[in-house]
Amino acid sequence: MQTVNTDVLIIGAGIIGASTAYFLSKQGLQVLLCDAGQSGTKASGVNFGGVRRQGRPLSQMPLAARSHQLWGQLSELIGIDGEYIRCGHLKVAFTGQDLDRLQAYNHRVASCGLDLQLLDAGQVHSRYPWLSTDLAGASLCPADGHANPRLVSPALSWAAQQAGTRLMEHCRIIDSRYDGRHFQSDTADHQRIQSRFVVNTAGAWAGDIAAMFGEPVPLTEIYPQMGVTEPLPPIMNVVLGVQGGGIYARQVARGNIVFGGSRALSVAAGYARSSHQSVSMLLTRLAGLIPGIANAHVIRFWSGVEGATPDLNPYLGPSSKTPGLFHGFGYSGAGFQVGLASGEVLAQLIATGTSHIPIEDFRIDRFTADSGKL
Amino acid sequence: MRAPAPVIVGAGPAGMRAAQVLVQAGLRPVVIDEAPKPGGQIYRQQPDGFTRGARKLYGFEHSKASALHEAARQMIASGQIDYRPNTLVWDADDRQLYVTCDGKHDAVPYERVILATGATDRVLPFAGWTLPGVYTLGGAQIALKYQGCAIGKRIVLAGTGPLLYLVAYQYCKAGAQVSAVLDTSPFPTLRQGVQAFVADASLMAKGLYYMAWLRARGVSMMHGVAGFEADGVGRVESVRWRKNAASAMQILPCDALACGFGLRSENQLASLLGCNFVFDEQDCNWQPQVQPGGQSSRANVYLAGDGMRIGGADMAELTGRQCAYSVLQDLGIHCDKKQVAQLARRIARGRKTRQCIDRMFALPAHWMDAVDDTLMVCRCEEICAGEIRQMLRDDPHSGLNRMKALSRVGMGRCQGRMCVAGASMFLAQEQGIALSGVERLRNQPPVKPIPIGGAACKP
Repeated sequence: MQTVNTDVLIIGAGIIGASTAYFLSKQGLQVLLCDAGQSGTKASGVNFGGVRRQGRPLSQMPLAARSHQLWGQLSELIGIDGEYIRCGHLKVAFTGQDLDRLQAYNHRVASCGLDLQLLDAGQVHSRYPWLSTDLAGASLCPADGHANPRLVSPALSWAAQQAGTRLMEHCRIIDSRYDGRHFQSDTADHQRIQSRFVVNTAGAWAGDIAAMFGEPVPLTEIYPQMGVTEPLPPIMNVVLGVQGGGIYARQVARGNIVFGGSRALSVAAGYARSSHQSVSMLLTRLAGLIPGIANAHVIRFWSGVEGATPDLNPYLGPSSKTPGLFHGFGYSGAGFQVGLASGEVLAQLIATGTSHIPIEDFRIDRFTADSGKL
Repeated sequence: MRAPAPVIVGAGPAGMRAAQVLVQAGLRPVVIDEAPKPGGQIYRQQPDGFTRGARKLYGFEHSKASALHEAARQMIASGQIDYRPNTLVWDADDRQLYVTCDGKHDAVPYERVILATGATDRVLPFAGWTLPGVYTLGGAQIALKYQGCAIGKRIVLAGTGPLLYLVAYQYCKAGAQVSAVLDTSPFPTLRQGVQAFVADASLMAKGLYYMAWLRARGVSMMHGVAGFEADGVGRVESVRWRKNAASAMQILPCDALACGFGLRSENQLASLLGCNFVFDEQDCNWQPQVQPGGQSSRANVYLAGDGMRIGGADMAELTGRQCAYSVLQDLGIHCDKKQVAQLARRIARGRKTRQCIDRMFALPAHWMDAVDDTLMVCRCEEICAGEIRQMLRDDPHSGLNRMKALSRVGMGRCQGRMCVAGASMFLAQEQGIALSGVERLRNQPPVKPIPIGGAACKP
């Protein structure tokens, strides 16, 4: 068995893993970034592409704020613009009650720098005449936006490579253990990787890695249902969300409207396909929300697999059991925006032992009995 | 209790003959047809009110076309089949087919499904292929057959495949001027000719008849053409072509160009149903893995006709019937063993014939070699060869699916149906690998675009 030595082994080359690799390499550590498939092709590459802070819980605000800064430097980080646009994120409310909820949220996050603007029905209609007239109002986060995940996530891995990371694709870790001094990780193709640190950023599959270290955590698979229309003339000037969920949509520069909401189905472990109940519901909601596109065509539906936690907050930080092991997964369908800062946090934890971003709420042991938080 | 009715997707020669076998066994299959009338592409019926006779529409094949139409008419009129015209199957899972009819979405449950979804032209890109006035061979033929429309007055036909000469013949007959037939395949060798004659003398005779007929009318037919391009401002005005890589371009003025490089199976539903695929060297394409009776790797999914393997209309009738017999056998319904064995023999013979044809009209393996950076590979997303090369510099080992994600090739309206052949050949060329080494482009629903509003109409 061939042994590869490295400072840090990162398992999973999605946006979190690639970002971690990037920042660690920048600090001069030796990094091996491996992925069971190709970099950025799972949830990181096929997600909706929303880059938003609005709607996140208070506990995620420092992480989201740091990510917002990093997204602002995306071109310098990854060498391409990734179709990242800060066009604003508009969260609409269909009822007065939902509008009240938006208002309450605005008060809660008032100090977080989101610059939220609450709009009444008339303001929504005059600013966004392409939207349904049935809306009670909306909340706008002007500097939120969207990007193209299938470009950004692989490019981040390549940026990490440029910074010195060794990227190993089609490399599945089948066993990993800590011998008191080093981590010994075995790959499916009979290599052994010896490292001082292991970072578990394996997305929906990260639960298996955590379990290898006797640290099982609640993690369920979710399958967001998404679709995209044919290219249409420019209509949408913001990314759309709805209070209470159900549908979200954005229009890309090419003209296609990407939309999502509800859940697809799992047909086999780690593989999802479109659910027709969801598709039917989604199309009805889309036509209801943007009546002008009811006659446009959908050219593709897809889904992906993502890991979700009971409280929808990620597991981010050190292992509660194994020194040198770190986790960054369970983003529950909302990891794209916070992915960049999450990697930076993990890199800081490894390099310096601390993080300037509060991550207490993302502790991996928060659901276990002895953490007192169950 | 009667066995639940199988569902057949497609009402061409494969679908209708499959239906007929099931009807004879006392079943009432559901037949879902994207077209308004049965017949498929090859025996497409003209719209209501058009009065051209079968001989004029289908030439030598008119009696086969009429027989198929008559069989379909009888089964529909007597209610022996549940015929659903104008209905697109755009997705399928293990229990239901998802359809759109008149802009409304619906689901059709099934226990066994026969996919007889046919084929489209295999398109390979060349300079000017997206100009108005450039058609596929099949498209040019359908325009003529269906509505009596010609694609132009002065036409060039190019590419390869038996369709080249048939379409030339049909257009000449219809009164168009065929300026030239540019065949990328070399003139068949004597050995190939003899083999083809032995395999199917009448088919070969028809081919020779078309060529002789065209020659007698002064249509120039070029064999072994190395390359061609469409040229013009706003629309095709001429075709430039060359005999071999070293020779100078020759110019043929024209107002339309039809081209194709054989056929490409429409096998997306098999893919969405999770059937295994294998690379078929003869079709130069990933095809559903099938047993000799048309059974796919999924127990309740069967395939027939050109959607299974490219074989042409006669083979489609035979494989349609064969696959229906497989369904009957799996349902425990008695079927005539002698009939089944005889069909198998005829199909085996047909495959041999097809091999001869494919050898004579081979895919031009070097078509995508050294193509210009400006060549458009994906017309929906307007992605040129240079952009793909740029992408491959970032990700040199990219597979076809990764290439789609990074470059948008195959991401547009056609979802790769039109560009996948050229894109695969290009990727193989750029990476120096065999075509069979290029992975299959994964399919996502819908098979063809569906309207957003359709769902709202459903209760």
